[in-house]
This record gives sequence, structure tokens and C-alpha cells, in this order.
Amino acid sequence: MKEQHSVGIVVPQTAHFSDPLPLKSGGVLPQYDLVYETYGTLNAARSNAVLVCHALSGSHHVAGKHAESGAEGWWDNLVGPGKPLDTRRFFVIGVNNLGGCYGSSGPNCINPATGKPWGADFPFVTVEDWVDAQARLADRLGIERFAAVVGGSLGGMQALSWTLQYPDRVAHALVIASAPKLTAQNIAFNEVARQAILKDPEFHGGHYYEHGVVPTRGLALARMIGHITYLSDDAMGQKFGRALRHDKPVFSYDVEFEIESYLRYQGDKFAGFFDANTYLLTTKALDYYDPAFAYNGDLVAALGRAKADYLVVSFSTDWRFAPSRSREIVYALMHSDRRVSYTEIDCPAGHDSFLLDDPQYHGVLRAYIDNIRL
Amino acid sequence: MSFQRYDYDVIANWIEPGERILDLGCGDGSLLRYLGEVRQVRGYGVEKDPERVLACARNGINVIQIDMEEGLAGFDDGFFDHVIMSLSLQAMHNTQGILKEMLRVGREAVVSFPNFAYWRHRQAILNGHMPVSKNLPHQWYNTPNIRFFTIADFDDLCAQEGIAIRERLAFDEDKVITDEPNFLASVALYRLGRSDTPTG
Repeated sequence: MKEQHSVGIVVPQTAHFSDPLPLKSGGVLPQYDLVYETYGTLNAARSNAVLVCHALSGSHHVAGKHAESGAEGWWDNLVGPGKPLDTRRFFVIGVNNLGGCYGSSGPNCINPATGKPWGADFPFVTVEDWVDAQARLADRLGIERFAAVVGGSLGGMQALSWTLQYPDRVAHALVIASAPKLTAQNIAFNEVARQAILKDPEFHGGHYYEHGVVPTRGLALARMIGHITYLSDDAMGQKFGRALRHDKPVFSYDVEFEIESYLRYQGDKFAGFFDANTYLLTTKALDYYDPAFAYNGDLVAALGRAKADYLVVSFSTDWRFAPSRSREIVYALMHSDRRVSYTEIDCPAGHDSFLLDDPQYHGVLRAYIDNIRL
Repeated sequence: MSFQRYDYDVIANWIEPGERILDLGCGDGSLLRYLGEVRQVRGYGVEKDPERVLACARNGINVIQIDMEEGLAGFDDGFFDHVIMSLSLQAMHNTQGILKEMLRVGREAVVSFPNFAYWRHRQAILNGHMPVSKNLPHQWYNTPNIRFFTIADFDDLCAQEGIAIRERLAFDEDKVITDEPNFLASVALYRLGRSDTPTG
């Protein structure tokens, strides 16, 4: 039964772009690759395309399975036949963002100018740059206008940005567990994570590839910090509490509390496959995102260009991207006369709730998506 | 949607085409859907209950899931032409607060509520029981209603709060009641304004 609801085995594709991409930082990417996956079929009117944008550690592999590794897409519970984002109706696209480490051009790729890995020389990329690159991929795929752009967390920022950068090219935006900009506290968490990487002796100014090493200790620490903020206090308490590995304190810095074991495991696992430079770049993209900045902080004015309809979703226990941040988006959209719906899902899992399949959450997504006219 | 409450027409008649409407306690969004069809309003509903939010999403209604007991802090002054609260005021704790908020964010407010002084309700009390009727379908132990008030009570509150009653219609079922509404009407609908602003 479950297989019927999976898109099955999927194969990533690569699009090469030789036109330079101007970046918000003032820099230029002379040429670049984007790795992407698609699910479902583009209809004759080319009106059923949906772009799914990934968050900090996500990738183009949104749904289905990879043949060799068996790895399941990160949002497989949402995307597939009969799922809320139904691939029998929609043509769904996942793209690995620029600066990523899953095949799209990023710091771990060869810089054509030097013949060596980009490393720290890879230019700063922003949410807006990602959207520009995604728009070029849409051009390549013959998609003039997306039925919807969907994203959670940093992906939600891209969905919002799409409606501002290309107002005529997106009908609906689903902005989930996101924010119109980070708070000082959020930037602070990112900065601690970055410092952990930057201060790792094996970072080598970002050129660790040439030294044949990886700053795994810094990257693992960064992930540990991040992971704490993605879970709620209650969820962590319920899962681990104060459980002790040896049933009593043994007065050591080795793992004693189960939460320590869990965090170390998550950190080490992440450091084993993710790229430290990508982590640095991506957290900076989060920090810089602020569409109202050019409008003296007036989000309503910033949203004035938008033409899309919106669904905004938050989660009651998400303190990294709290419901109040989503409501800022909602009220600004409403005061810009945009059609917008907002739901705050009562879910105990914190920020990571957006990746789960809570029935109310997926019910609202399904209802909203079903009403999208093609 | 075939189902249509008789009070929908009254509300629609108080609204100009294309207005911005906020419906507090919008349920499944059927009133907003109706006003969209007959008045082409730009409508938003506020609803707390998850099931009803889901129903709104299915009905394609703009719904904002917040608890209006906490006020309407995110809504700008005077943004809406009409703020509606249909048969929900009797279930709100913060009666004065929400009326004030409705007239802050809206040019006018439209409020409807069951009249607890309706003669059948009085009869029920005389017979020794809390009223149960079409408009008060719950038993005393499971009713969501927490404020039990009458047309006369509401008139007094409006006077006390400086709220201008621009129009009032009272009904027994779908029949308009003009004489002795506090005795003969089961439901009342009010069009309210700020007494310091000119009549619209």
C-alpha cells in the first residue's frame, strides 16, 4: 500500500548554465550547475508545475528513492501519488541550491578559473540568488508560471521571495515554519555554529579540501547547536528526559545523559556527509534574508509587488521560527490585500514539525493544494 | 453551498460590493463564501477551532487561525469596512474588549446574537429549565455560551461604551419582529459604529 504512494525510484538530473549569474553580493557566478529532480508530468498547458524549496540541510531529493543508496526524499510524506502534493496532478521539482553540497555548484566543486575546489572563494549566495537560479531552471524546463512554490523554514523564505522577485510567475506560495527575517537570537545561534566551524583547526580558511581534511569537529558542533533549536523543550524532555546511561552519575565527560549521546550521534552523522562551507554560506543566506530592508523595514510595502495567493503555516512549539513570526507575514500580506490563509498547528515536535505528517497539518495542506486551479 | 441562513441576506444588505470584510468566528467560512458570491468582498475569517479552519481551507476561504479572545493586535486601525461577529459574542469572555477591537479595525461592526429574553426562553425558565431551542441548541452543561444577555442588555452596553447603533433587526426564525423585540425576537442583528464618527 505504501509503495502506491511513493513516486518510486528517482534519478537526479543536472542542468548546466553558461550565462553568468549576477549575485546580490555584487559578485558573479560565471557558470554553474543545478542538480534537480522532478516527479509527475508537466501538462500540455505547462500550468501544473510546483517548486519545492529546501531548507538548511535539504537537497533536490524531495521524494521517492535513489536506486543505489535507497535514500528516501526528505519530504516524501508530502509529495507522491495520493499525497497532499499529489504527483498525479502536479509536476513537482526539487532543486539543490547554489552553494550546496549535493551536486549543484558549491564550495566543494572545482572553480573553473583555478582548477581547484572553490572552498572559501565560492561567492556568497542569498535567498534572492537561489530564486534567480531556480527561475533560470524553470525557463530551461519551459515553465513560465508555477502553480505553487512550497517551502519550509529557509525554503519558506524562498517561496515568499519568489512572489516578490517574480510576481507574475507564481500563483500560490506555501510558506511553512518560516519568518520574514531572522531575529537577533536566530542570528546568534547561526553565529555560534559558524564559529565552531571557523575555529576548527582543520578548516584551513575554507580550503580544507586541498589539505585532505574536513573540519568535522566544528561541523558536528554546529549541527548539535542547530539540532537543539529544531526540537522543543517538551519533545526533548519526553524523548530523553534526564535518562542516564549508567543509571547514576559517574562524574565523567563521556556520554552520561542520553541527550548527550543523541546530540553527538546527530552531529557526527551530519559531519560525515555535509560540507562545512555550505553550512557557513547557508546560515549567512538565512541571516541576510530581509525583504523589508530596502523598504525601511516596512514589510507591507515590500509585499506590495506580490500577486500570489498564500498559505502560511506555523507550529505551536516551534521557537526557532515561532508562530508570531509567521503571523508577521500573514498580517503584512493581509494588509497588502493578498489572499492569505494561516494555520498554527498544535504539534509537539518544534521546528522539525514541518517535516512530519501531523494529520491536521497535512489536512490543511491537502485542502489548500486541492483548491489550486490549473 | 445550498444551505443559507436567513441572517446572511441582512448582513449582505449592509455591505457594499468589493468591501474588505473580517468575519470573527467564521466557522466553515460559509458566510464569507456567500458574501464573496453576492458582494465580491475581500473577505478574511478568524477561527480558532482546527476542524473549522480545515473546513475553511476546503471551502477556499481566507482563514486566519488565531484566538480572538487575545484581541486583534495584528490588525491595522480601520483596515476593514465591516467586521462581523455572527452568533459568537455570547461565547466570548472579553465582550467589551472584542467590541472595541471590532470598531478599531473596522469602520462598522455587524453583530448578531441569540436573545436570551425571547419569550420561549422565559417560558422555559418559568417552567424551571434553562432554554434549549434551535438558536440555543446546547444543554446547560455543554453549551459554549458563557454570556447570557438580551436585546435590552446589549442596547445598554452600547450606550455605556459609546457605541452607535446604526441599525437593528430582530427576528423570530426568519420573521422580522418590530414590536417588542426583546420579548418576541429570538435573534438580533446590529450594525454598529463609533459614536464619534459620522454615520456611514
